[in-house]
Amino acid sequence: MSIEDRKVKLVLGFAADRQEVELTIPDEEPTPWDLESKFSVVGGKHARVDALAKVTGRAKYTHDINLPGMLFGGFARCPHAAAEITSVDAAEALLVPGVKAAIPMTQDRVRYAGQPVCALAATTRQALAAGIAKVQAVYKVLPHAARIDQAMADAAPLVHRNQQSNLSGSGQPRNAETVAAELEKSAKVVRATARTQVQTHASMETHSSVAKWDGDKLTLWTSTQATFGVRSQVADALRIPEANITVICDFMGGGFGSKFGAGYFTAIAARLAQECGAPVKIALDRREEHTDTGNRPDSIQEMALGVSTDGKLGAYSVKIHGTPGIGRGAGARNPMIYDFPREMRAVAQVEVATNAGPQAAMRAPGHPQGSFALETIMDLAAEAIGMDPLEFRRINDSNPVRLQQYSDGAKRIGWEQRRKNGSATGRFRRGMGVGSSTWGGLGGPQAEVDCKIFRDGSVQVRNGAQDIGTGAKTVMAVVVAEELGLPLTKVSAFMGNTSDPIGPASGGSTTAPSIAPAARQAAYLAGRELKALVAKHLGVNADKLLMKAGRISTAEGKGLAFEEACRLIQSGEISARGKRRSNFRTYRDGVAGVQFAEVEVDCEYGLVRVVRIVALQDAGIIINRLQAESQVNGGVIQGLAYALMEERVMDRQRGHQLNADFEAYKVPGMKDMPEIECVLYDIANGGNNTSVCGIGEPTCIPTASAIAGAIHNAIGARVLSLPMTADKVLAALAQRESGK
Amino acid sequence: MQQDSSNAGKNPSVFSRRGFLKGAGAAVAATGVLGAAALPTDARSSEPTTVKADEVVPLRFTLNGKSVEVKVRTGYTLLETLRDHLDTTGPKLACDYGACGACTVLLDGTAVNACLVLAVECAGRKVESVEGLEQGGKLHPIQEAFMAEDAMQCGFCTSGMLMSCKALLDRNAHPSHNETADALAGNICRCGTYFNIYKAVDRVAKSGGK
Ligand code: FES
Ligand code: FES
Repeated sequence: MSIEDRKVKLVLGFAADRQEVELTIPDEEPTPWDLESKFSVVGGKHARVDALAKVTGRAKYTHDINLPGMLFGGFARCPHAAAEITSVDAAEALLVPGVKAAIPMTQDRVRYAGQPVCALAATTRQALAAGIAKVQAVYKVLPHAARIDQAMADAAPLVHRNQQSNLSGSGQPRNAETVAAELEKSAKVVRATARTQVQTHASMETHSSVAKWDGDKLTLWTSTQATFGVRSQVADALRIPEANITVICDFMGGGFGSKFGAGYFTAIAARLAQECGAPVKIALDRREEHTDTGNRPDSIQEMALGVSTDGKLGAYSVKIHGTPGIGRGAGARNPMIYDFPREMRAVAQVEVATNAGPQAAMRAPGHPQGSFALETIMDLAAEAIGMDPLEFRRINDSNPVRLQQYSDGAKRIGWEQRRKNGSATGRFRRGMGVGSSTWGGLGGPQAEVDCKIFRDGSVQVRNGAQDIGTGAKTVMAVVVAEELGLPLTKVSAFMGNTSDPIGPASGGSTTAPSIAPAARQAAYLAGRELKALVAKHLGVNADKLLMKAGRISTAEGKGLAFEEACRLIQSGEISARGKRRSNFRTYRDGVAGVQFAEVEVDCEYGLVRVVRIVALQDAGIIINRLQAESQVNGGVIQGLAYALMEERVMDRQRGHQLNADFEAYKVPGMKDMPEIECVLYDIANGGNNTSVCGIGEPTCIPTASAIAGAIHNAIGARVLSLPMTADKVLAALAQRESGK
Repeated sequence: MQQDSSNAGKNPSVFSRRGFLKGAGAAVAATGVLGAAALPTDARSSEPTTVKADEVVPLRFTLNGKSVEVKVRTGYTLLETLRDHLDTTGPKLACDYGACGACTVLLDGTAVNACLVLAVECAGRKVESVEGLEQGGKLHPIQEAFMAEDAMQCGFCTSGMLMSCKALLDRNAHPSHNETADALAGNICRCGTYFNIYKAVDRVAKSGGK
């Protein structure tokens, strides 16, 4: 402990579970907010700081960048799911009036339908389309395996030439033998196989970049979740210094995990722009967005769970097959939400390569898949031992936050009115279900934020990462306003330009908890400088000055209005930089959530209507309640779509996606909305000076599971495959009937 | 006169196959298809005029209260004309085939998908985009309501949502949730802001604004 360090006492946790901790923090850190903190801006309901730009159409997304002389770039794509490329010839394409450049993509093989083979730039969209049609590519078509069943079949065509099999995986998992032996001994063993589908991100703004050169300096506007990541990847791809590249993403139309990388199209846009001596815009179309920008892998999860007669969890084994397409990483996460004995869990992961576009991280990667399987086996086990599924979870879950959420949620959904599985009769049957989630989202380095206080009393906060629609910009502004005792309107926030300080990629719900503490520290340091000026001016001790309600004054009221104080700034501005340090002690490792669903099943047509979702979510200390609720709603809606609607369908014969559009790939609309009740828990998780948690991802995890449980409860049969469409519901019903 | 111009243009069926026009080569005369409708610069004459597919023609229409003139190809959609040639980028291109509503604008007061309307159909007519909602520095109540209710996340669908809401509220000041859902059935929001959009429409209805 250096002389400058100080000791602070904090209260972490929440009302039902308070934890006192003592911390030593460095001088330049403000005292972390905790359960005892009183706020005036934090926790309110605030319009986003960029709401005005969004409702007036002034917000400029990458799609909206129009530059003088700008060309349109795009791709000729292979129509075959697997083929050897004999030749790609763009000579005729270059004869099309308006076509300015063509860059063949060097490769000798294509492995999914829609893989790009040649990039073009042209003066108009029409010339581009005409040019693409003229690219001559000669292929030797190969047999393909576009679907998981095709890829797993005996003697399946190999997706990767250098592999013996389409299957690769962990082999025999740890604990396999112990678990198998324990299952033998269990009072009750439940077995089931759950299947989940491929879901696509389907962001409204398709992947896009605009590249513009000024000499050897490159400016890229790009729709990304990682401005700094794009900068380094493009520098690598083009072999130019990173210092020569500026990446801009002022507004961004959705990513959900699909926009971490620069993508081949960004570097190609830069190369086309270089060749043509003009800026180039590449914006993928809707089909390309579905087929070539990532997806959530599907899964087949074979489970066995041992359970004692009094309902305690025993051994659990799961073997997961999943398809990353031609990419890597298809794991369904089957996290330890419930209290499984650690050594009694055996998880085997097998990746199944398919001739389809590579997977990408998608909102809580792996978790919705894993959750659907885990909650399925939990419900089946509860049924097998004749226990209420909620009670079954309660006695197997020691997380204090979720225990609170179970009882609060049960009250709100009216769980005591829930009938026994399958006891409803008639055409329309109602049921209720429950599912849980766990997530990290506590953030960490590396993030730096600048805070400037100007002589005119205005305040600015800047970070170079992106606000992908989660409201990160607003989070920074709220934190700074709180620290400086100002109304939110006095603070302007900027993100999305790599000329500003470094920030994280928006993944793992870490953006807000990474930048908010840096923003608070920056404001704290800038505020301290301003206080020093006021202290000198008034002849008081700076330590005695508080920044509150637009004033800088002592407890007795001796002080100045913030604007007056700012006039003491000689140099024009005070500028301070805050740096995110690594996490100190947290209340829990992650954030906890529970969701309840009530559904009505039309047993004649198999249609499921979700009546109500109650989403209970640990959200750290909530910065902007309005945005936090929006995040929860958004997660629930995507979860609902995952449960009932969305599914990528691959054609067995040709290996194409049959529904690479917005008609047959059904994302939810206004009419699909259930009533959503969102219950947020302000929890001082600690870990940083704001206790902010990210909640973008966890809320989409348990929705499908809760809906599946509700359907099970309504019809007395389990639908084991997502999406739970009418045909599957009817099949489950029929099976139940025939079993009688 | 106003009436005439909108009648002349309002013959959408003859243009409903823009795919044909977009795909048709420059040499294909589209006389039969365009028939009585295309009068790019002046829709007031009652004489049918013919234009060829993929011809460059001058076009005049009213955009957000101002008369604009622009040269377009006959195959251009209203959406690409607005976005690429008039730097009016509020309306977004998210599917380009009428399935998402991100491009929604009002054509003579009716909500349309600008990606399904040919630019030449708009000759002499009134087009309103999100940029025109604000009047004399004052936001439209639905814009205020979207801000207050956080009816946006990434904001990419927002311009289209706002225009569909405006069209709804203009003809029905107190819509039920079912009516709102009907009016917005063609607008997709991938971030899932639907819930708050209901609230925003309710807020305007309650305050009696339009
Ligand atoms: S872009 Fe026009 S409806 Fe989707
Ligand atoms: S706010 Fe992102 S698509 Fe609607």
